[in-house]
Amino acid sequence: METRHKILILDDDAEWLALCRDQLTTLPSHPDILTANNAKRALALLETEEVRLLISDLVMPRIDGLQMIAIVRRRFPGIRMVVLSGMEEEEYRSRAYALGVDLFWLKTEMQRNGKLFCECIESLLGQSDRDNDTGFRGVQSKSLMDIIQMECLSRSSTVLRITRGPLVARLWILDGELRDAECEGARGEAAFQRLLAWKTGTFENLPPEADRERTIFKPVNALLLESAQTMDETANPSLDSEESDLHRKTMWKLSLITRERAEFVVSVPLDGTEPEALGTQNMDTLAPWTKHAAEIAQRLGERLEAGPLSHVGCVSPERQLILLANNTHAFLLGWPPESEENLLEKSRQLVASWES
Amino acid sequence: MGILKKFFGGKASIQQLPVGTITVDRQGNIVASTVSSAFPRALLQTIAADVLELLKEARAVQMPLSEVSLHFVSLRITVRELRGGAIIFLSPQTAPNKSARP
Repeated sequence: METRHKILILDDDAEWLALCRDQLTTLPSHPDILTANNAKRALALLETEEVRLLISDLVMPRIDGLQMIAIVRRRFPGIRMVVLSGMEEEEYRSRAYALGVDLFWLKTEMQRNGKLFCECIESLLGQSDRDNDTGFRGVQSKSLMDIIQMECLSRSSTVLRITRGPLVARLWILDGELRDAECEGARGEAAFQRLLAWKTGTFENLPPEADRERTIFKPVNALLLESAQTMDETANPSLDSEESDLHRKTMWKLSLITRERAEFVVSVPLDGTEPEALGTQNMDTLAPWTKHAAEIAQRLGERLEAGPLSHVGCVSPERQLILLANNTHAFLLGWPPESEENLLEKSRQLVASWES
Repeated sequence: MGILKKFFGGKASIQQLPVGTITVDRQGNIVASTVSSAFPRALLQTIAADVLELLKEARAVQMPLSEVSLHFVSLRITVRELRGGAIIFLSPQTAPNKSARP
């Protein structure tokens, strides 16, 4: 028997709830539509019903959408989430995606293009469990290689903007030919090879730039083949090359720190394995503090239901510090006291490159 | 309504985020607070104890901190060191209220 999935719509506007309900009842899979006009009622429904997809507004009284999403992501990690909001600012889109929502739609767009919205919802309902998902948002189960080949085979002219967390890369394609690439401070073929190591991310097509300077002259298939060979070798390293790999990685990390003008980076695995530090002699004292500070912050966030920890910023007379934590590592980055640029963004990019 | 409460119990309860400022002494006692009295006092005490612990441990590793900001998706906690104690600012980072929108 075919399963009817349940969709829960959360919005404080009763008319909007009715409109959404009408729209979603037209879906081919005929899902059950539940509605809630506040977060508390929505959570009560999530406790009792097997909801497949939550569609939530952002601006609501008392508990707003962002807090709600953070709570749902923690309590019900299997539920897919869509934000349907009137907030057009990029900041809210980024914050929602950072919390792990699957789609962000503007209400105006949904009204203008209801058919496409319904197709997206139908696609989300039909997808397999989150754990099995791989690939790039929008093209599930397709690797970046597949996406690039698709663009080149169809003789497209476009700029592919690929995002992985704080890292952004671009590929310039003109008439199906790869002309230039930028990724993690590199350009040309080196950037392309680096980019192909990314396993997940999001991509979007930007308008083509015909006058972009050409830095890549090899055919895209030759580059893809080279990358595949490099990845195979990396996955099965010989014993002789392990030491030189380690040396190369250390030099790469040092150059990252120097390029970004950071003072030091301390990386602490949360599973208790050996920490790593570059740029400081005080790893023995900084690593335990970093780990404990990350634990305290995460514990506080959970108790206050304030959502995931974004970062911890510290000021001392000698330097500024940024602490970042993910599921596996805590990172402490030291910056000179006079640094005024966007330290958080720089720290995130440094950590993302460090991990890659 | 009583029946609903029996079914759902306390599982669906969610707390509002704290807003305001608290001042704590070096022992972690709350000296002054502008946070709503509806917010659990025990949780405020937890915040105070945790942030003081952070500052104290930083001093112990020769890294005295004058300010610490904990940024969560929905809340920012800013702590300024105050001669062993601290002043703690609690600022929710939520979407703006409808009334505040243009």
